[in-house]
Amino acid sequence: MLELVNVRKTFNPKTVNEKVALDGVNLRLEDGDFVTVIGGNGAGKSTMLNAIAGVWPVDSGRIAIDGYELTHLPEHRRAALLGRVFQDPMTGTAATMQIEENLALAARRGQRRTLKAGITRQEREAYREKLARLGLGLEDRMTAKVGLLSGGQRQALTLLMATLKKPKLLLLDEHTAALDPRTAAKVLELSEQIVTENHLMTLMVTHNMRDAIRYGNRLIMMNEGRVILDISGDEKKHLTVEMLMDAFARASGEAFANDRILLS
Amino acid sequence: MNITSLLNALPGAVAQGLIWGIMAIGVYITYKVLDLADLTVDGSMATGGAVCVMLMLGGVNVWVALVCAVAAGMLAGLVTGVFHTAMGIPPILSGILTQLSLYSVNLAIMDFKANQGINVTKYPLIVSQRNVRALGLSNPIFTTLIVLALLIAVLYWFFGTELGSSLRATGANAAMSRAQGINTNVCKILGLMISNGIVALSSAMLAHYQGFVDVNMGRGAIVIGLAAVIISDVIFGKLFRNFALKLTGVAVGAVIYYIVIQVVLWLGLNTNLLKLLSALIVAVFLAVPYWKANMKGGGRRA
Repeated sequence: MLELVNVRKTFNPKTVNEKVALDGVNLRLEDGDFVTVIGGNGAGKSTMLNAIAGVWPVDSGRIAIDGYELTHLPEHRRAALLGRVFQDPMTGTAATMQIEENLALAARRGQRRTLKAGITRQEREAYREKLARLGLGLEDRMTAKVGLLSGGQRQALTLLMATLKKPKLLLLDEHTAALDPRTAAKVLELSEQIVTENHLMTLMVTHNMRDAIRYGNRLIMMNEGRVILDISGDEKKHLTVEMLMDAFARASGEAFANDRILLS
Repeated sequence: MNITSLLNALPGAVAQGLIWGIMAIGVYITYKVLDLADLTVDGSMATGGAVCVMLMLGGVNVWVALVCAVAAGMLAGLVTGVFHTAMGIPPILSGILTQLSLYSVNLAIMDFKANQGINVTKYPLIVSQRNVRALGLSNPIFTTLIVLALLIAVLYWFFGTELGSSLRATGANAAMSRAQGINTNVCKILGLMISNGIVALSSAMLAHYQGFVDVNMGRGAIVIGLAAVIISDVIFGKLFRNFALKLTGVAVGAVIYYIVIQVVLWLGLNTNLLKLLSALIVAVFLAVPYWKANMKGGGRRA
């Protein structure tokens, strides 16, 4: 269970660039919830995910998973509970390290790094199997540097890394936005498959309304640093893009004027 | 210009190159593995020698003195690491601050004298310039090669461990490392400590080799280290993929650097202009990747 209680974050406070990014976010996710997050640019979607991950401290409010208080923990300590995939395929992997080395790093998420071997033979076999299931041929290139992979391959690998050690919460931050439509669709399918199989509590930010409707059991919409819409169950199953836009207009008191969303 | 005088100078150049090669491996760890340019080395390249020589003059066992020298170097790295991580000072500036303070520290270690001699006939030095043309185990080239082999073996093992891998990951992608639960600050500090420990070992051996320690002996060390790393990149970059081979390449790079210096001196360059020459050569080699990238970028725009 994830809890966000009245979480606030202002960037560049008391300057001309002051930006209230999170304006009292309240959110509660149950185990197994697969929540899609939509909203315009600057609505606070990515900021919310970064607040959960601990990229920087929040100004006030509290964040907890299963009652375990995360609010004041540094990023690397929270990592034990979180799997993360980022928008930029470069962010989630170490380009100058091998595929299997990246996986080995991820397999030790939340553990003390000791002077034991960084990767063992049994691990290699396990990774080979898991990579084969991605269907990208990566199982035959395990000692290749990750920098040689395409964006889609890197995102698929990052997804595998994020879930290699089962996280309490999976954070997908527009992880298909930088990919071409076909690859994006493939990575989304893969994401859903992994989330369903492992019964993962997931927050997925997307700019694509159709994807937001199609995936997950619950949808939230953010605007100006707040959650303004929360739809789940049967209501979510029968959602359409038009209904979402109407709902946005009603909740925010303005038309959903965002090219990037209307076009996608 | 007599070719025999050059040939006579070569064993010395090789021995010096190998000792500086140890230092260059230290620089490689910060510059290439951790992706930090650490200027602490200009200070710790004198600290190691100062600690080792002063302890030996005080009657301490040579091996104990060497271990203390390494520990002193690691302490210097720790200070730079704390400046950078706990105090948020950019890495280059952190290194400069430590380097500057080390000048005073080194003088203090050396009893506030600019140099301190240590005589090979009275003290059991592990390497000495006097034996550079000797055939046998007393030759400093032989001893230094053993030290290098051991050092490369230990580093190869370490960077294959979980902890070593997390150091490499920190240098490769810090954001990803934190997302994978790696404390990147601790990794940076640890890397700086290992690097400066190695530099201090090189410093102690250089003091043994030349028979004295000088407070200025580390001046420009970072440039020599970078030169060795770059030379090895240019010559062996495509050839050596394995980490141990890369480290070996860096040591060879330092030897090549010293041979080139020897040749330039033999050609009649004023010794005092050496640092200018080194700096310019390193500047050009550092610029090459930038120029290459710009040429490609220009092509795309056209």
